[in-house]
Amino acid sequence: MENLLSWFPLDLALIAENFDRFLYGVGVTLGLTFLSLALGGAMAVPLAVVRASCHRVLNPVVWVYTYVFRGTPLLVQTYLLYYGAGQFEFVRNSWLWDPVLSQAWWCALIAFTLNTGAYTTELLRGAIADTPKGEVEAAIATGISKRGRLSRIVLPSAFRRAIPAYSNEVIFMLHGSVVASTITLQDILGVGRWLNGRYYLAYEGLITAAVLYFIIVFAITRVFRWLERRYLRHLNRRREPIARNIAPPMGVK
Amino acid sequence: MDLLLEYREQLLAGLVTTVQLALASLVLSVTMGLLGAWAKLSASRAANAVAGAYTTVVRGVPDLVLIMLVFFGGQVTVNRIGAATGLWNYVEISQFAAGALTIGIIFGAYFTETFRGAILAIPRGQIEAGISTGMSGPLLFRRIIWPQMVRYALPGFGNNWLVQLKTTALVSVIGLQDLVYNAFAAGRSTGALFTFMAAAFVIYLALTAVSDLGLRALERRYSRGVARA
Repeated sequence: MENLLSWFPLDLALIAENFDRFLYGVGVTLGLTFLSLALGGAMAVPLAVVRASCHRVLNPVVWVYTYVFRGTPLLVQTYLLYYGAGQFEFVRNSWLWDPVLSQAWWCALIAFTLNTGAYTTELLRGAIADTPKGEVEAAIATGISKRGRLSRIVLPSAFRRAIPAYSNEVIFMLHGSVVASTITLQDILGVGRWLNGRYYLAYEGLITAAVLYFIIVFAITRVFRWLERRYLRHLNRRREPIARNIAPPMGVK
Repeated sequence: MDLLLEYREQLLAGLVTTVQLALASLVLSVTMGLLGAWAKLSASRAANAVAGAYTTVVRGVPDLVLIMLVFFGGQVTVNRIGAATGLWNYVEISQFAAGALTIGIIFGAYFTETFRGAILAIPRGQIEAGISTGMSGPLLFRRIIWPQMVRYALPGFGNNWLVQLKTTALVSVIGLQDLVYNAFAAGRSTGALFTFMAAAFVIYLALTAVSDLGLRALERRYSRGVARA
């Protein structure tokens, strides 16, 4: 085995030895990514409804939020919160300082949530704006209330239409989560950098991190392909002619 | 505010570096994107496979991981090759070169998809008409494909550019003295990190806002000949 592996340019034994650390990193990365996606997504639904409405006060307010968070790098947003908050004495004296704002993990989670919330809001706004007029008209004609129209017709249909774009947002958020490693967190990249620094290596840690990220992205695209197949089935082209259920013309057997 | 004025030269120098890095990587990524689109649309199986692998790998691995691999790993690789072949002595890859190269290659993959879609959007008949009037490949590209491709590609191009511009912030992590790095350094030495990071935040926002306006003007210009719905 030793001889067999010696031609290989990477020290696989070292990677295997530290693999439990990498698994921990996978946990941190996935935890931050999916928690922020869940919280940001939950935030985005009402905000997208506001953005799709013509409310004169709320609509511009939400627009400013999405514009600002989509117009600046996630790294700067995270630094501003993690390093910036401590500049103010009232923040350092507040009850939030010890448990939340002085903690890198919480700062990363808050920054990531606000970031993905902004992108998801605009993505959903687009999907809501694309609702076929006929669906809404049909709902009005059947006497569904305004609320019911939103929760039973517009939103479910918008969620389906947003799936392809949202899969990109999920992958971008996973990519963006590497910012966590710049504020001391041991996510996948953090562990990779630690390994390289500890043993003075050039590749092992970073390549292991790259492979792990690649596997996660692959899994995410698979899940979304399944979701698209399931929830956008009505958009697929029919294999058989539509008329197959119509009775054949008289005289044809 | 006084603090910001005091450090304005440092911030300005960082801003210049950020803009240079973004533009240098943009040139590279547009080139890679055109090559990639050409490879994906070509009849050659090998070219398809290479371009497919390129876009898949780049989209599967986060930017910062690739930047670090090129900066730390690339340096070692280049010097090992140099030592083994004796062709060159110790080479040092600068942060700027590593950042521009990596970000250019990463966004080349996104531009590949943008350009591929734009070329496919050109009505096939126009290309066939060009061929039938005896246009050579380059002439066909210059007269028929390029002017229309630009119009179809502009929305995607603008989107990619805005993401690319923001991605350059990551190069500060390997020590390039860009806007983020300089703002952070100034903030640390004065104990006013919020002030300086907020300044960087606003400057990035201004950069993306200006880009956004410029892109809209370009879109209007290139769709002048198109009827609006």
